[in-house]
Amino acid sequence: MVRQYETVFIMTPVLSDEQIKETVGKYQKLLKDGGAEIVDENNWGMRKLAYPIQKKTSGYYYLIEFKAEGTLIAKLETAYKRDERLLRFLTVSLDKFAVAYNEKKRAGGLKSQQKSSEKKERRENKEVKTEEVKAE
Amino acid sequence: MANDTEIKYLTPIKVESQRKKYCRFKKSGIKYIDYKDADFLLKFVNEQGKILPRRITGTSNKYQKKVAQAVKRARHLALMPYVADLLK
Repeated sequence: MVRQYETVFIMTPVLSDEQIKETVGKYQKLLKDGGAEIVDENNWGMRKLAYPIQKKTSGYYYLIEFKAEGTLIAKLETAYKRDERLLRFLTVSLDKFAVAYNEKKRAGGLKSQQKSSEKKERRENKEVKTEEVKAE
Repeated sequence: MANDTEIKYLTPIKVESQRKKYCRFKKSGIKYIDYKDADFLLKFVNEQGKILPRRITGTSNKYQKKVAQAVKRARHLALMPYVADLLK
């Protein structure tokens, strides 16, 4: 049965831009090869983590929304588990309300919420930047 | 004189009448709670990052389950802390 899923993964911050592209491309290819139809992708970029994971305080987030058979999920998750470049991943199946919500969000119907989250992201990015400066 | 013992106030004392709690999801017709929106989920946790009980927030059982699920997902993705101090 084809259902709609949403997957988020967090890559380690030590990767170069090229490596990030390569990792993202790997999963896009895996999904397409498995017969999935990618509905939406969202690059959240570098974000500060709420708590350290593997002694890293920030991570590179990437979200993919897709339609696929349920059997593909197991393959995707095994690939995730084997990947040392990932800190965390989460795959959830979307119910009809979630699909509607995401479509509305894409159409820009949730502007007030998006604005607040954008603001927060900017703030977080600033924090990340200042941390990097300190590290240097 | 029976009135001697009675205490009279110049202004009537305020009796805190409890406002009726309501489920904000039912009221505003929100069907899906997004785990990616950490700002919104902050309303349902206390300063330590613990999920607030239904008796405080007034959320209906149906949506409390969804709130809890969303908070847990957000925690897994490090969008929210598992434990914190002075979150607000």
